[in-house]
Amino acid sequence: MEENSKNNSRRKFLNKGLKISLATAIGGFGLSKLNSKLNAKTAIDSGETMELMTTDGTLIQVDSSEVVEVKHSKEHDKKYNVREGMAHRKFVMVVDLAKCKNALKCQNACNKHHYITGDNAWLKVYKMQEEQDTAPYWMPTMCMHCDQPACVTVCPVDATFKRKDGLVLIDNERCIGCRFCMAACPYSTRVFNWGEPGQEVTLNMAMTNHMPSPEHAGKPSIKGTVDKCDFCPHAIDNGELPHCVTACPNGVFYFGDKYEDTVTNGDETVRLSKLLEEKSGYRLMEGLGTSPSIYYLPPVDRLVDFKDGLEDFKEFESVEKSE
Amino acid sequence: MKIHDKIIDDLVPKKFNKKDVIWVISLVVIILVGLIAYIDQLIKGQEVTNMRDYALWGIYISNFVFFVATSFVGTVTVAVLRLTNNSWRTPLVRIAEIISVAAIIMAGITIMIDMARPDRLLNLFIHARLQSPITWDVIIIPTYIVISLLLLYFPLLPDFAILKNRFEKKSPKLSKIYGKLSLNWTGNKAQKLLQKRSIRIIAIMIIPVGLLLQTIDAWLFSTTYRIGWDSTNFAPYFISGAFVAGLGALVTLIYIVRKTKKLENYITDYHFDKLGKFLALACLTYLYFNINEYLIPLFTAKKGESIHLETLFTGSYSVIFWLVTVVGLILPIIVLLFKKGRKPLPMFYIGLIVVIGSWWKRFVIVTPTLLHPFLPIQGVPESWHHYFPSMHEWLITFATLAMALLIITLCIRFLPVIPIQRTIDELKQQNIDKDKNIKS
Repeated sequence: MEENSKNNSRRKFLNKGLKISLATAIGGFGLSKLNSKLNAKTAIDSGETMELMTTDGTLIQVDSSEVVEVKHSKEHDKKYNVREGMAHRKFVMVVDLAKCKNALKCQNACNKHHYITGDNAWLKVYKMQEEQDTAPYWMPTMCMHCDQPACVTVCPVDATFKRKDGLVLIDNERCIGCRFCMAACPYSTRVFNWGEPGQEVTLNMAMTNHMPSPEHAGKPSIKGTVDKCDFCPHAIDNGELPHCVTACPNGVFYFGDKYEDTVTNGDETVRLSKLLEEKSGYRLMEGLGTSPSIYYLPPVDRLVDFKDGLEDFKEFESVEKSE
Repeated sequence: MKIHDKIIDDLVPKKFNKKDVIWVISLVVIILVGLIAYIDQLIKGQEVTNMRDYALWGIYISNFVFFVATSFVGTVTVAVLRLTNNSWRTPLVRIAEIISVAAIIMAGITIMIDMARPDRLLNLFIHARLQSPITWDVIIIPTYIVISLLLLYFPLLPDFAILKNRFEKKSPKLSKIYGKLSLNWTGNKAQKLLQKRSIRIIAIMIIPVGLLLQTIDAWLFSTTYRIGWDSTNFAPYFISGAFVAGLGALVTLIYIVRKTKKLENYITDYHFDKLGKFLALACLTYLYFNINEYLIPLFTAKKGESIHLETLFTGSYSVIFWLVTVVGLILPIIVLLFKKGRKPLPMFYIGLIVVIGSWWKRFVIVTPTLLHPFLPIQGVPESWHHYFPSMHEWLITFATLAMALLIITLCIRFLPVIPIQRTIDELKQQNIDKDKNIKS
């Protein structure tokens, strides 16, 4: 009995002690936060006041200690959070299947600018034929940058993410290599660095002072992580078009901003809505509800012969080896 | 009192004999070889496996699913049979609990082997996102490990006290450890009540957690668009499959333990008969969900689905598929229907077939689906169109299986495989009942 009550009192003591210390910790933290906020607001008055005009023309008096010079940045408009994306933009692409003849210049350019060393390119040109009786056609695919991306949903660590400007990117510094996103993607667009990528770019990085960024995928690729088409935000930043768009000799790819309702393939700039309406644009596997950012124009009134592309078609290769 | 001493004599853990030592050494060798292969994989990357961008998951994942499934046996036998008051479970539960613990621990390890960047394991906690099924797995697997351990531990308390006394002179060191583990168990009323309540809470808790574990495992697959995985049938399909895999492992191990420890008096034909019926029920349930999963889709098969089913029925995976279905599932049902089929020896073979079948079944679930993406496989080397595990994958997988067996072997070495106190208590109860019957 005695032992029991002793036990009980000890328990009570421990219980109370724990609660009190927890409350103290939280309280202390809160107080210090409050303090720092208050301090930030009340710098000591200098006694001098300044007269300033607001944007709507009224004059106000402000204590001079509160006036701080604004740093003017050249890149003021460009600065944005890499995970949030560029403000007020929504990037889309249109792929005109009627013009594609499997020249593969897009693929080569993409492989080169993203330093792809593996066996599976990010941009593929599929030889498609749904049925024996239906017409064959060439279909370039890359990451669809879906608005309902299946890959982002399943990623356990937020390594792959969706931005406001429509891009789906990968943080290769965070990816744990579980490959769930690859299983989730219905477009089989993601590739994995199964071994050491062995890129030359890795060697040069220290010299050029380049910081690895999800905005330039493949520079460098990292062993045990996932890669894919990044829609070339590094090119957009420089006011250029994605590498596949500029490389295509047939003007298959149109790139642009949905909010501006314009897309361009480098030669001509057109209204996106008009183009989609006139040529019956569609999206790949619309039925899945992934809502991709890439539109396709059906291969009707073809400017090129399907057979011309067979010459370049390689069933088992998408990345040319230099050796 | 004499009978009690004999029970204790029979059930107390015994030292390894020569055969046991050879067994343990060979397991350790297999584990070491696997460990070397794993270190090589860490250095070179998963290049050493035969997984590639299309077959992006392989036997690491199917082996993981197998372990998760096998760990279900604790839930089924211990908790379900307990709640339904099936007293024949007494000599079987401890072994079931041991299998459960070994399997779920190995499941946790196996899934990390598949991670290409195990060095970033902490990201799963630092950057955890709740909508990813992997995060659900990260939550449920440790939970199940803890509950399984407790379900093994709580009923062991009185036995630890017995073992403490037993080894007092023979091996004071061991006795001391047993004493510590017994948490000063004296068997007084208050302790018994507390133990009984705790076991009941754990036994009830493990049912929803066990079901959730299997469900989440199924959701890892069915939350994708992939043909063959994108199925609302998947969770119950996995649960019933786990029911089969777990019981198969239990039957096999029970037979081996009974034979090597000479426990024929405790684990009798009666127990095998009951266990056989239970396994038959499991197999029938699983067959039902298999029909739902493979036969019914045939009627409305979209093009992708019919190609997928064709590979399983007549294509490149047909041999494994039919072996797993006919030999691994239908044959056991037929054998178990007969009383002679539920004798110990035939049950052992059936159990073994079921376990092997269950392992390959997971292979058939994981791999063929991945090789049938929505867009055709083009522009990749020819070898990427197929998948068969590489030497590294086999060595590492065998090592994980050996590790599970080693955990089980060590548990059997140091823990009484049949609850001693419970067996004594039940015998006492039987004698009291007998006396009552004679008097009345």
